[in-house]
Amino acid sequence: MIPLSYYLALSAILFTMGALGVLIRRNALIVFMSIELMLNAANLAFVAFARSFEQTTGQPVFTGQLFVFFVIAVAAAEVAVGLALIVAIFRTKHSIDVDQLSSLKG
Amino acid sequence: MDLTLILFFVLAITAVATAVGLLVSRSAVYAALFLVLNFACVAVFYLILGAPFVAMAQVTVYAGAIMVLFLFVIMLLGAEKLPRAKVLPWQRPLAIAAAAVLLAEAGFLLFERARSSSLLALPGAEANTMDSLREMAMMLFNQYLLPFEVTSILLLVAMVGAIVLTKQVKGEAKS
Repeated sequence: MIPLSYYLALSAILFTMGALGVLIRRNALIVFMSIELMLNAANLAFVAFARSFEQTTGQPVFTGQLFVFFVIAVAAAEVAVGLALIVAIFRTKHSIDVDQLSSLKG
Repeated sequence: MDLTLILFFVLAITAVATAVGLLVSRSAVYAALFLVLNFACVAVFYLILGAPFVAMAQVTVYAGAIMVLFLFVIMLLGAEKLPRAKVLPWQRPLAIAAAAVLLAEAGFLLFERARSSSLLALPGAEANTMDSLREMAMMLFNQYLLPFEVTSILLLVAMVGAIVLTKQVKGEAKS
């Protein structure tokens, strides 16, 4: 028997780690990985709430799990486009340091 | 202290430790491998929460496909040996303070609602049968058919977009 609040606390900690990674890291790839970490923390909270709702109603509820499925699919699309952007930026700037991407014009 | 609680804490500590590893590791490859371990821990949490399909999707899509893509790009760009950039002196303390505020806010909300928090039991055997998967698929293809189709279009757009973005235009390939 694990309290729901434990899952939410873990989710909050992982989300904060991801936000911290976005703020302090300069490597664009690691910033991107931190975004994935935040998405994952949100998914964990989603599934935990779905399980809690399932226990209160007493019958299986799949809505929360299906939402997580959609989030995973969107994250996959996001990673494909984001990595393509990083590769394109690396081609023009020869760097993926986010501090050096201060100008919009190549 | 029962066994599921011990399992929870071991997994939670591993997940948080790998997240910290992602934050502090110098090499992008190590960061990616830490993230794979983190995704695996979260997949086990999904199993404990009675969501076997989501757990398997997590392992195949996240820990499998997405992280392989990440590692591939890291190797392609040679980004694993990025030189140490100069950091703004005030940035790191400010970021840590902001993160602490975010965490405190989440903790405050959590303990405000702690009284209404429910205990989550381990799922019974019925959660891991084919019946539950079938029921979920019925829901996906009836009630959520439109979002499912929109997702397929989204994946197609992402695929085309990735190809267009990385395509070398003739003439400026040498730039």
